[in-house]
Amino acid sequence: MIHFVVHDENDSVGVVVVEGMKAGQELTGWIMDQDKEIKVRAQSDVPIGHKLAIRELKSGDTVIKYGVDIGRTIAPIKLGEHAHVHNIKTKRW
Amino acid sequence: MDLSKATFRGYKRENGRVGVRNHVLVLPVDDLSNAACEAVANNIKGTLAIPHPYGRLQFGADLELHFKTLIGTGSNPNVAATVVIGIEDGWAKRVADGIAAAGKPVSFFGIEGHGDLETIRRASKAAKDYMHWASELHREEWPLKDLWVSTKCGESDTTSGIGANPCVGNAFDKLYAHGVTLVFGETTELTGGEQLVAARCRTPAVRDKFMFMFNRYQDVIDRHKTSDLMDSQPTKGNIAGGLTTIEEKALGNIQKIGRKCMVDGVLDKAEVPSGPGLWFMDSSSAAAEMVTLCAASGYAVHFFPTGQGNVIGNPILPVIKLCANPRTVRLMSEHIDVDVSGITRKEINMDQAGDKLLEMMFRTANGRLTAAEALGHREFVLTRLYESA
Repeated sequence: MIHFVVHDENDSVGVVVVEGMKAGQELTGWIMDQDKEIKVRAQSDVPIGHKLAIRELKSGDTVIKYGVDIGRTIAPIKLGEHAHVHNIKTKRW
Repeated sequence: MDLSKATFRGYKRENGRVGVRNHVLVLPVDDLSNAACEAVANNIKGTLAIPHPYGRLQFGADLELHFKTLIGTGSNPNVAATVVIGIEDGWAKRVADGIAAAGKPVSFFGIEGHGDLETIRRASKAAKDYMHWASELHREEWPLKDLWVSTKCGESDTTSGIGANPCVGNAFDKLYAHGVTLVFGETTELTGGEQLVAARCRTPAVRDKFMFMFNRYQDVIDRHKTSDLMDSQPTKGNIAGGLTTIEEKALGNIQKIGRKCMVDGVLDKAEVPSGPGLWFMDSSSAAAEMVTLCAASGYAVHFFPTGQGNVIGNPILPVIKLCANPRTVRLMSEHIDVDVSGITRKEINMDQAGDKLLEMMFRTANGRLTAAEALGHREFVLTRLYESA
């Protein structure tokens, strides 16, 4: 069963595609471009459609999605942690 | 899918374009003529009236766009013939002359000096003659490159970026390789990703024109914005659905142009492309306005990826809905033509999803009614640039 989807293997984040995902769950992710699977343990409850980090990120790191820069972290994000407006911001403003 | 010898069955028009529908339109120049147009369409079964609320005391570029949109709609290859009705003869003739330049049968009627009832009588007679004529036209087989395809997404969520939009991108990459004429737009929704689109422009001239259009629209937003637009981009709804930054949202949007397409040219609103390839058209992100502009530019089939469930259609341009959100596909099934939610379950890959969309494109071109057509969604919305005088 696929719990989250990643666009490109260089991405920092994946998108949860199932409902009711809970911290502690072992998750299977599908990397679409390279057609590979990865496993991650959830560190947070992440709602459907929201992102989780698929690598360890330090504060100030560039966040990659779709293989490109979509913003920067403003706090460290653990592998498997919910990644959203509380720890990622645009670089634009 | 091997597209190298692909064909579709369409109607060859006088100007060489090929259409996939065969409408006889009853087209009002202005809001005052809506009643007469609807009466004609009621008299002559099978004709299509497209009432709208504008056309009086417009001026300048806004009026030019009004004429361009009406003339373009009547000239679209999905239209066999048009009856034009206006409150007076002058502007009705101007619209009719524009449509006649495409070689199509067209006639015009002004209400002043005649009254509604006499106008309805005369226009109904013309519409009836057109229906007899159009009903004897036949579809013939034409190469794929004669099919023009447009795209716009709407009511997007994160499944749009994962599934529905890249599915369009995959289809666009395949169509592009075979010389199909394509278009995308939604100028403000590229905000955050405009450099990515600029980088895909074929020449510096195209890039400059794209950035000019993009910046021009940003100026419009800046001049009129309240705190709700630029301070909340992504919007509250986007954020609730999981989108975090403006770049991420724009990147979801840009998935529609695939990986391989270059942007070959830039169109102003309702401008007709001069050759094959992928065109960017300056356009609103409001669904009905943008699809109406695509129809006016001559596009014959439209790909509309949705997340939350946009229901839009168009009177003359068949709008194909595709969706990767399993909840939407379940709850709003009557609106969805292509279910690509299997992407989220790894049941299909993007290549298969793109082929699924192309199969529906051929079926639609060859005559299958889209969900929007079957449900009677005929949103015809004119883009306005500023207030009337």
